[in-house]
Amino acid sequence: MTTAMVEVNDDAAQSVHTPDDEAKLTEFVSRILEAAKTGGATAAEVTAGDDIGLDVKMREGDLDTVEFSRDRGFDITVYRGNRRGNASTTDTREESIQEAVRAALAIAEHTEEDSYSGLADPDKLAVNFPDLDLYRYDPMDVKQLKAAAQTAESTALDFDAKIYRSDGARASVSSNCVAYGNSLGFLHAYRSSNSSLYADVIAKSNQGMQRAAWFTMARKRSELDSPEMVGKKAAENAIRKLDPRPIATGEYPVMFDQTVAMGLILHILNALSGRPQYLRSTYLLNSLEKQVTTTAMSLKEYPFISGAMGSRAYDSEGVATSEKYFVENGFAQNFLLSSYSGRKLGMPSTGNASGVCNLTVEAQRLPLKEVLQQMGRGLVVTSLMGQGVNILTGDYSRGASGYWVENGEYAHAVDELTIAGKLDEMYKNMVAFGDDVESRRNIRTGSILISKMTVAAI
Amino acid sequence: MTETVSNNAKQDLLTAGDISDRQLETMMSGMMSCEIDRGELFFQCRRNESWALEQGIVKSAGFSVSRGIGARAISGEKSGFAYADDIQLDVLEQTSSAAKSIARVGSSQGTNLPLKRQFPEFYQGSDPIVSVSQDEKVKLLSRIDKFTRSLDPRVKEVSVSINANHESTYIYSSDGTDHGDVRPLVRFGVSVVVEQNGRRENGNCGGGGRHDLSWLYENETAENFAREAVRQALVNLEAVDAPAGPMPVVLGPGWPGVLLHEAVGHGLEGDFNRKGTSTFSNRIGERVASPLCTIVDDATIPNRRGSLTIDDEGTPGQRTVLIENGVLRGYMQDKLNAKLMGVASTGNGRRESYAHQPMPRMTNTFMLAGESDPEEIIESVDRGVFAKTFGGGQVDITSGQFVFSATEAYLIENGKITAPIKGATLIGNGPEIMTRVSMVGNDLELDLGVGVCGKEGQGVPVGVGQPTLKIDQITVGGTQA
Repeated sequence: MTTAMVEVNDDAAQSVHTPDDEAKLTEFVSRILEAAKTGGATAAEVTAGDDIGLDVKMREGDLDTVEFSRDRGFDITVYRGNRRGNASTTDTREESIQEAVRAALAIAEHTEEDSYSGLADPDKLAVNFPDLDLYRYDPMDVKQLKAAAQTAESTALDFDAKIYRSDGARASVSSNCVAYGNSLGFLHAYRSSNSSLYADVIAKSNQGMQRAAWFTMARKRSELDSPEMVGKKAAENAIRKLDPRPIATGEYPVMFDQTVAMGLILHILNALSGRPQYLRSTYLLNSLEKQVTTTAMSLKEYPFISGAMGSRAYDSEGVATSEKYFVENGFAQNFLLSSYSGRKLGMPSTGNASGVCNLTVEAQRLPLKEVLQQMGRGLVVTSLMGQGVNILTGDYSRGASGYWVENGEYAHAVDELTIAGKLDEMYKNMVAFGDDVESRRNIRTGSILISKMTVAAI
Repeated sequence: MTETVSNNAKQDLLTAGDISDRQLETMMSGMMSCEIDRGELFFQCRRNESWALEQGIVKSAGFSVSRGIGARAISGEKSGFAYADDIQLDVLEQTSSAAKSIARVGSSQGTNLPLKRQFPEFYQGSDPIVSVSQDEKVKLLSRIDKFTRSLDPRVKEVSVSINANHESTYIYSSDGTDHGDVRPLVRFGVSVVVEQNGRRENGNCGGGGRHDLSWLYENETAENFAREAVRQALVNLEAVDAPAGPMPVVLGPGWPGVLLHEAVGHGLEGDFNRKGTSTFSNRIGERVASPLCTIVDDATIPNRRGSLTIDDEGTPGQRTVLIENGVLRGYMQDKLNAKLMGVASTGNGRRESYAHQPMPRMTNTFMLAGESDPEEIIESVDRGVFAKTFGGGQVDITSGQFVFSATEAYLIENGKITAPIKGATLIGNGPEIMTRVSMVGNDLELDLGVGVCGKEGQGVPVGVGQPTLKIDQITVGGTQA
């Protein structure tokens, strides 16, 4: 069934952010900083955002949902000496600004003295603002998004008779403007755009149903995987999960497929972050200059790649970002620090108060085929479930599904497995790195082979 | 619910934007000038305050306000949705006109439900944020920090947090819905790191519900959370590597009910079943679990975290029997899925906020008590695992596979609980596991009130519960193969 559409693109198209919006948003931030000063804050910092988005979902060839979004708001942190208070609101009317400032100041009267708290060190604040080309905006056009989602979905549904149905394909576009300012005089705004496409399909055989999805995200729609590719990947993945066969519980080589390898890299970044370091709640306590992974791997961030998803000139405290290694040839070089966690550890901020920027796994990369040949017989994990990762103890135990490999080739699907090990050993046992790197994501890695993990099966 | 609570919520939300009843009616008839089945306006204001103590000092606290409207137009299976962060007439007009863009030009008739104004209330609407002064909150955090450290010299780090949330909602729909609700929600948590001979372990405990903060001061509630967090962490200091492979598992009462939430709960949500993507689709009336299992979703338990006087579509909270003596009885429904499946909403239409669309979601989901003595259940196991507390879980509703991760567990050897084992993930297939429930305890407990359920990126507070349960075989994901 198709319906005649009433397109309402005009309003949204007019709302796309311009340089003028950056100016308005910085003016708004200054106004809030001024209110904080008037109210008695000795220091303050404000982040304000304005996001506009459109999301279209198609399901089984028909329109399912059209969603228009507009999110505005700000977050203020005030200091009374070393005491800190925070408030945030989605309400940007003048009286709400006053209410938020008052609330933050009231809180700062009750929080306790914390000599490590405060704004970033002035000499760490960014002074250069290179054009990172983060705003590559596409028009907010329901018709275009609908077409992309429809093509992705129909490609998946037509891919193979085993594709039973679609759980929807979704195309989204958003335009974002964000400003940050603090009472040290830092004030800056920039625009960025995001576009994504997602398809979620279900394959069926007489043994049951399996679901798989594919997702692509970039600054601009033309940089995404094509809708045909998204549909094909989702369908292939769902079919590859059909008809799982049992394997025996035991120790095997395990390859983390590119999509789940990203998560594996996040765990070590988390363990190297400032907060778990000063709270002594990480298995990598005081690990700088110690070996934390195989010497065959480095983890480096690149904040200034033009148009990349993880690029930025400064973090959420205005601290300049920089190209740097966290792990170099297996040895920890830097923690991920904010101003606060840096002070707690007696180190300067690394400009990572808002995470890493285009974190790249650097290693000798092999074609996937060769990685699988090196593995010979073992498990390829394509999806993981559950929260069984303990950063404090380094214990790892998660639900897994994927496929079994014999003689370096796909043998059959496997599911209802758990994989378990110690994070420390897992990172040191990484023995091969695939060249299937997804360079549009903030964690840039290909598939990763670990020589040995415990696999439990029914 | 009394008319007063409903009206107060409505007046609060509409007055701030100077919106009159007449203007709402005009707006709705504007939406209904297109060919849609139902138009809906959702107004919400949520205020939240949180305080956290870390390393001995109350170093951070925050206050947040989120106010806005979500407009939805539904035509068959289609939804048009738009939201805005401002409750103003012009914004409301733009939003509702964007939402109706999914519909054909034409006109539709509102189907007015008979107006029901009186519902039972499952919580009081008073503001929990001000139930204890800011000074008192800081004092409480410091007191619990000192108390926790005094429990054992091996306690090295203590984090304590208090969160209070107050929400007003008002729903106006072309089906005649004209209801508001005022919901309190509070949470308190203690987390510790203990250290012994260089080995470090953590422990967490917390609780909450739809009430104010005075409960923390009654019967040593706050102190008991601290005791429990320390006890768990100390047990884990002695934990040995967990076994790997299929074996009998006994689950303790209360929070381990996350099993039911994952193994059957999500699979019984109406949307998945309407679309035929759940492993439980088209199986009403069939046996899907052992006859010992009766599982309900109950929004009507007073003051629980998942309880709802009305859901986010204005349907009164209910108790829904999902599985009765092992037989599948019903799904959880919101209005859209209920209508398409030809049934009534079960009051499970929930949304994270005005910026999200409602979906069928759980409230408090638990299994009713059985007849076995918990001790007798442990004694029946030759070699297996007793899992007492869990972190979270996850499910793939299409394949039925689910996981949940134990944070405190023990070996059972010859009918006795022996060594504690390291946290491990348990994995199973929902429908299969439920047929393997072979003993159900007489000790039903609900969880302490900390659960957040995520679905399609939307988080909502929920409750879970169960008595002690024995599952004859489930895969334990340890390292000892």
